[in-house]
Amino acid sequence: MTARVGIVTFPGSLDDRDAARAVTRAGGEAIPLWHADRGLRGVDAVILPGGFSYGDYLRCGAIARFAPIMTDLVPAAAAGLPVLGICNGFQILCEAHLLPGVLMRNHHRKFIDRRLLVRIEDTSTLWTRGYQPGQEITLVLKSGEGAYLADPAMLDTLGKRGQVVARYADGDPNGSAQLIAAVRNEAGNVVGIMPHPEHAIDPLTGPGDEGLLFFTSVIRQVVAG
Amino acid sequence: MSAAALDTVAAAAAADRPQPYAELGLTGEEYQRVRELLGRRPTDCELAIYSVMWSEHCSYKSSRVYLRQFAEKAPATTALLAGMGQNAGVVDIGQGYAVTFKIESHNHPSYVEPFQGAATGVGGIVRDILAMGARPVAVMDALRFGPAGAPDTARVLPGVVAGISFYGNCLGLPNIGGELGFDPCYAGNPLVNALCVGVMRHADLQAAAAAGEGNQVILFGSRTGPDGIGGASVLASASFEGGEAAKRPSVQVGDPFMEKLLVECCLELGAAGLLAGLGDLGAAGLSCATAEMAAAAGTGMRIRLDAVPLRDPALGPAEILMSESQERMMAIAAPADVAAFLAICARWDVPATVIGEVTGTGRLQISWHGELVVDIAPQTAADGPVYRRPAARPASQDALAADGPDRLPRPSSGPELRATLLDLLASPGLADKTWVTQQYDRHVRGDTVLAMPEDAGAIRIDEQTGLGVALATDGNGRYGWLDPYLGAQLALAEAYRNVAAAGGSGRDVAVRGGGAGPRGRLPVPWHPGHRRQCQLLQPDAGRGHPPDPGGGCARRAGRRAAPGADRVRSARRAGSAAWHDRRRVWRLGLGAGGARSPRWPPAIGRSGGGTGGRVAARRRGPGRAAGRGP
Repeated sequence: MTARVGIVTFPGSLDDRDAARAVTRAGGEAIPLWHADRGLRGVDAVILPGGFSYGDYLRCGAIARFAPIMTDLVPAAAAGLPVLGICNGFQILCEAHLLPGVLMRNHHRKFIDRRLLVRIEDTSTLWTRGYQPGQEITLVLKSGEGAYLADPAMLDTLGKRGQVVARYADGDPNGSAQLIAAVRNEAGNVVGIMPHPEHAIDPLTGPGDEGLLFFTSVIRQVVAG
Repeated sequence: MSAAALDTVAAAAAADRPQPYAELGLTGEEYQRVRELLGRRPTDCELAIYSVMWSEHCSYKSSRVYLRQFAEKAPATTALLAGMGQNAGVVDIGQGYAVTFKIESHNHPSYVEPFQGAATGVGGIVRDILAMGARPVAVMDALRFGPAGAPDTARVLPGVVAGISFYGNCLGLPNIGGELGFDPCYAGNPLVNALCVGVMRHADLQAAAAAGEGNQVILFGSRTGPDGIGGASVLASASFEGGEAAKRPSVQVGDPFMEKLLVECCLELGAAGLLAGLGDLGAAGLSCATAEMAAAAGTGMRIRLDAVPLRDPALGPAEILMSESQERMMAIAAPADVAAFLAICARWDVPATVIGEVTGTGRLQISWHGELVVDIAPQTAADGPVYRRPAARPASQDALAADGPDRLPRPSSGPELRATLLDLLASPGLADKTWVTQQYDRHVRGDTVLAMPEDAGAIRIDEQTGLGVALATDGNGRYGWLDPYLGAQLALAEAYRNVAAAGGSGRDVAVRGGGAGPRGRLPVPWHPGHRRQCQLLQPDAGRGHPPDPGGGCARRAGRRAAPGADRVRSARRAGSAAWHDRRRVWRLGLGAGGARSPRWPPAIGRSGGGTGGRVAARRRGPGRAAGRGP
């Protein structure tokens, strides 16, 4: 058996194909989920991919949050379904209040596409289980509104509870508070990350393959039951 | 809008009257020719159609005599599946795949409104690729600005880059390369060229033709608004109480989200076999799409203009015909397929409306609330006049050529050499381009093998077989100024070298000519250098010559619109002078690749499934360090 990983396509999703490729490379089965449908087709995990859902014309993720499929995803995530939001998916998870904090415009006010080092700080989540604590991996960051912000009390809480999953390890690319690149919910099944692990699965087309463990981690976990 | 009398075909036949043809850019002779073709004065709508279709921008009436050589002199090849006269050239790359690519300038709009001008330049070129039936897979941008330190460059450059970044990133197309150059001659006249490359299976090739009597004409995509109809305001102003018409935007506004939906929608329509014809709406909007698609098939068309969904209900028929609202496509579909067609559009939230049908009359007949306002032979609009303008070697050219580098001082001492080296390193032309390129998403779609700052961009097409394409854009304006003939050859050679250096094969290559130059440098065209270089550079005598699928400026020598009414006006102002004093050439070759991607999304993809093993990966050079951020 293998894990069935659902990948939601919103209007304007761009990295859905890339996420599907990463799941397949990791040995899972990628299941397309359509924003306007109800039901999660019995998947074992869900990825909200990068892109510009609904053009991101209002506020990133603000409209996608109300898509019909979110009606099923939100309670499923609360019940423990593994969910990974990448870039725009991270923004959607914050808008849907499945993750704390917000993503704001980069402090330099420009879109940025660059490879950078990310330090995995929390390996307790279903998505980062395969990494070593403190492991630094090379990923690609590509976003215009990637500055992770939360109020000081929230940041304090996140730190105490160990909910910061990853931080930027070689400088501040976008003005994120405490260099936060990825966070999780309290239970650890929902993770949002701004850089793109699905673009780091093959040295031919990405900075390497150190992002693949995000996908193998969750698939191994599902297969192991 | 006041109740100004609708100018119908019947009214035009009944009564003559003075018409504002000169304000619309037609010469007296051209206006007379329209009257002869119709046997009466044109209606307002007909005048609008002929004025935009016969503009230099749409008809290439002054440059066609030169551009047609690309088709006439091209050696026979089986690799070229579609060439001159199509929206974009299509080249067979083997394994059942074909690529189509095209580059086009959006210079004047990008000077007037850098952000939207550049953004819609990307949008327009992507729709041309889409219209061929291909999935757009990457973009490139070749840019030229005035001096880096000039105040106006500080206005134009960031806006242009942000516009390309906004549109391309949101559309989900990796930007894999391009050029950035500075020269005083581009102050006030930046060059903003956008390239798009698309991939298709041979069977996916679409025709921009309205074939099949009784087939339905469907307009889909954005609603029609008052974008880019500055020219039509001459006709509209009579019906306005005040001067509102003059306040309308002349540069179109882009909506990359709608374009993304259009891309997925069109590809799904094609995969479902629902497209009998497909065309994009660019310059001259509906005028161009209806006239050209009917002319291409030798058919007629009956259009109900009042069925066109509007963003601004005050628009009149002539304005609707000339509107250059972005993100619109026109399809021809069999009556039995219309329901399925509209269902797919609805799934993608793309507005779609049946606005007419294909007829066998050979006439383009357009009605407005039941009244006939256009009744013309579409070919007469699609085929503009052809001029052979006087051409001569400029007298100043000898003096320019004689003014060689010998008289320039040369560094000889250590300190002089040091100063020269520092000058070179500090020159914007050689400086790190990261400030620009890191605003572009180069990774989306996950198939980018090479991108900036490599010599060429490379995109993987088939994961299983490793098939891919490498592309480079090159051009040296100074060479073109000094010697257009050699300059064109050198541009092609440079692009050829860049693709070769990236690992591209020299066997199957295609070139694309195009571009515009700084205003007023050479008064007349005088060298067909690019053409000659295509013949010189035949890579393998046994396999044939590089096919030329048509060019940016050279594209569709004869009849084809491109987005941007402002370019119409720009071209009118500059006349033919600016069109040929510089050549740019784009090369394409075959590169390496990796493993086949899963079919995604399953309902749409057509590239087959499976996940083959990885082939040996060719690692890209390390990314550049962060550049000069603010």
